[in-house]
Amino acid sequence: MSQGTNTREDISDIIKKWKKVEGSLVMMLHSVQSRLGYVPRWAAMEISKETGIALAKIYEVLTFYSFFKLTKPAKYQINVCIGTACYLKGAPELLKAIEKYTGLKDGQTSEDGKFSVMGLRCIGCCGLAPVISVNGKIHGQLKAGDIKTILDEATKGE
Amino acid sequence: MAKLINDIKEKFNKQYANIDKRIVVCGGTGCIAGGSQQVYEAFQKEYKKRGLPYTVEITDGCREHSTYISKSGCQGFCAQGPLVSVGDIFYTKVKVSDVEEIVEKTVMKGEVIDRLLYVNPTDQKHCKTLKDIPFYQKQHRILLADCGKINPEDINEYIAHGGYEGLAKALEKGQQFVIDEMKTSGLRGRGGAGFPTWLKWDLTRKPQSKVKYMICNGDEGDPGAYMDRSLLEGNPHSVVEGMIIAGFAIGATRGFFYIRAEYPLAIERVQKAIDACYKKGLLGKNILGSGFSYDLEIRFGAGAFVCGEETALITSIEGNRGTPRPKPPFPAVKGLWGKPTSINNVETLANVPYIMTKGGAWYASMGSGKSTGTKVFAMTGKVKNTGLIEVPLGITVKEVVYDIGGGPLHGDKVKAVQTGGPSGGVIDGDHFHMPITYESLQEIGSIMGSGGLIVMDETDCMVDIAKFYLEFCVDESCGKCSPCRIGGYQLLGYLNKITDGTAKEEDLQKIEEIATAMKRASLCALGQTAPNPVLSTLKFFRHEYDEHIKDKRCHTGKCKNLAKFEITDKCVGCGMCKKACPVGAISGEIRQKHSIDQSKCIKCGQCFNTCKLKAIIRG
Ligand SMILES: Cc1cc2nc3c(=O)[nH]c(=O)nc-3n(C[C@H](O)[C@H](O)[C@H](O)COP(=O)(O)O)c2cc1C
Ligand code: FES
Repeated sequence: MSQGTNTREDISDIIKKWKKVEGSLVMMLHSVQSRLGYVPRWAAMEISKETGIALAKIYEVLTFYSFFKLTKPAKYQINVCIGTACYLKGAPELLKAIEKYTGLKDGQTSEDGKFSVMGLRCIGCCGLAPVISVNGKIHGQLKAGDIKTILDEATKGE
Repeated sequence: MAKLINDIKEKFNKQYANIDKRIVVCGGTGCIAGGSQQVYEAFQKEYKKRGLPYTVEITDGCREHSTYISKSGCQGFCAQGPLVSVGDIFYTKVKVSDVEEIVEKTVMKGEVIDRLLYVNPTDQKHCKTLKDIPFYQKQHRILLADCGKINPEDINEYIAHGGYEGLAKALEKGQQFVIDEMKTSGLRGRGGAGFPTWLKWDLTRKPQSKVKYMICNGDEGDPGAYMDRSLLEGNPHSVVEGMIIAGFAIGATRGFFYIRAEYPLAIERVQKAIDACYKKGLLGKNILGSGFSYDLEIRFGAGAFVCGEETALITSIEGNRGTPRPKPPFPAVKGLWGKPTSINNVETLANVPYIMTKGGAWYASMGSGKSTGTKVFAMTGKVKNTGLIEVPLGITVKEVVYDIGGGPLHGDKVKAVQTGGPSGGVIDGDHFHMPITYESLQEIGSIMGSGGLIVMDETDCMVDIAKFYLEFCVDESCGKCSPCRIGGYQLLGYLNKITDGTAKEEDLQKIEEIATAMKRASLCALGQTAPNPVLSTLKFFRHEYDEHIKDKRCHTGKCKNLAKFEITDKCVGCGMCKKACPVGAISGEIRQKHSIDQSKCIKCGQCFNTCKLKAIIRG
């Protein structure tokens, strides 16, 4: 997503919407992330300027919550559930298979921005454990051998 | 007041009279992941193709003899999804390609398609309806009953099923009535600690304050649990109604739902429910003409486990880092923005409308002793049937795991059941006859928690499990107080030593010392309870710790640094393991016994998994 005027306008609309609401910093950051996929520094600075909240405080909040991302997300975001149910049913093996495919370990993003691999704590699909999601699409009841098929399918046409 | 509710009910029933049949496609997250949305659309397409009357919404426009194709919330049987029911007939693992046949045979001719029925793994019986499935038979579904039936996005259907009658009754009879009924019901908080709900409300009602707040805790941080998510998605109005009644009882002016951002569907459904309430005059100014005014809104959590703790949650709603603060003052006295606040769990609140309509005494008639009513558990792990279950408190672990869960997954013995997530502990085989109550669980060193129930078998290493939970707490510690921050890290260090094979016997003593310090001195319950999984596994599975420390062995092979793979005389020399080994550590001629070079082995277990003859042992 470019940093064109549209994007900037959207961000200032978000700020305007939440500015007067008590305690809305977290919600504002949620809206920004949902618009841009992450919270870039310029947006944090814009919030600071418009609301008077110190930039340091904004980063304090951003870095506390694991949901917020400070860098641009990869093209293919692979999230692996490492909640209890998934852990017991083989999430570590899935992570290994994903590493084999992408070369990435939990928490890493490839240099070309193609893949990112993140371990998440329970996405509420424990009945389908173990599960992963690729760009939000959930795949359940997996075996390590399924990973290649899923990622081949997701990146088809590359 | 009841008139408005009644009018809606009558209108809905009149519209519904045109419906001949109903097809329910499960719209819970699990089934959606399995493709239920596509199945739902395929049914509409199929009806259109055949020119049959159908509707996806109950309105004045429904044609006579229509089929209602609707979505439901999570029905709990996630591993069998996507679930579809046609009238009473219950189909599992339905694919888009099955839809045509279902319409052709089941809808048009009333025939049952055997292949789509659930087959009970213990006796191979094909189950035609929900009632035939053992997984559902032993349950006692109150909160979940409507969850799998009604359309969660239709307030009218909720009302037609008795919804908002509880609210009307509460508003009519007054605050004291609500508190009294809640007291009679004996309902205790389902968020973990089991604090009596009536008392919390009474304490919040007492302080004089123009502004008071009500909060619904939908942070559901326990990994491996999804009860609250399913309730919010499957029957959002029951929680919203609970929130309005609670707000009325304590004299609140505003209420907040705090829901984790990882649950977008729950957020969407609750928002729709709130919007629908405003439209019907069930929220906003002068609700149902009672003079009570109340607003509800949603705030998102952002992936911090500690924010499930009530004071941290309050700090988070205020727009800050969600760190806890010392209690007292309790939120009932000084909560959100310094005002009296009551904070309750999703499931706690979902019980409230039922207690209002059916009475506290009815509720108290279920359960056991001081643990009344039912509890929803998310049963996962090594059992045949995983899913959401609702059972009366006082049921035994054995009934849950064997009668409902269908017993161990692979025939391995069930070794332990874990409750209470990272703050809880294990129940060992000797205690499976124990009734599940708040008291009994606490007695053996676990807690009820929010409802995660994880079944473990002989292939799970208890030290590894304890380490898993502790790692979680160390990761999630907010860092504000040192007993939790430093203690947790230290404790994890010792556990790592144990699983690496470098621990000494004295280390167990150290573990107990640190654990005690954390329990006593941590600021909030995260740190106070973080040692529980370690202490509890140490209590019941001391021999597994000893095995790691003294024999430097992990019989499950989970602790990789201790694992050792060996090929036994059963080997026929097929060469499969040699091919599977990623580092070339296995050698041997074809048709002759192979062997593993231990210095090269990376303990990945590929050979063990590949060998069909079980000629490779792990230990
Ligand atoms: C670390 C930690 C995490 C918690 N997480 C949750 C949670 O996810 N959901 C919840 O309802 N309660 C959670 N609690 C319990 C809450 O602090 C609080 O007791 C509860 O929301 C009160 O509601 P109840 O009385 O209806 O149970 C947590 C407590 C701690 C210490
Ligand atoms: S533990 Fe993986 S979805 Fe819950």
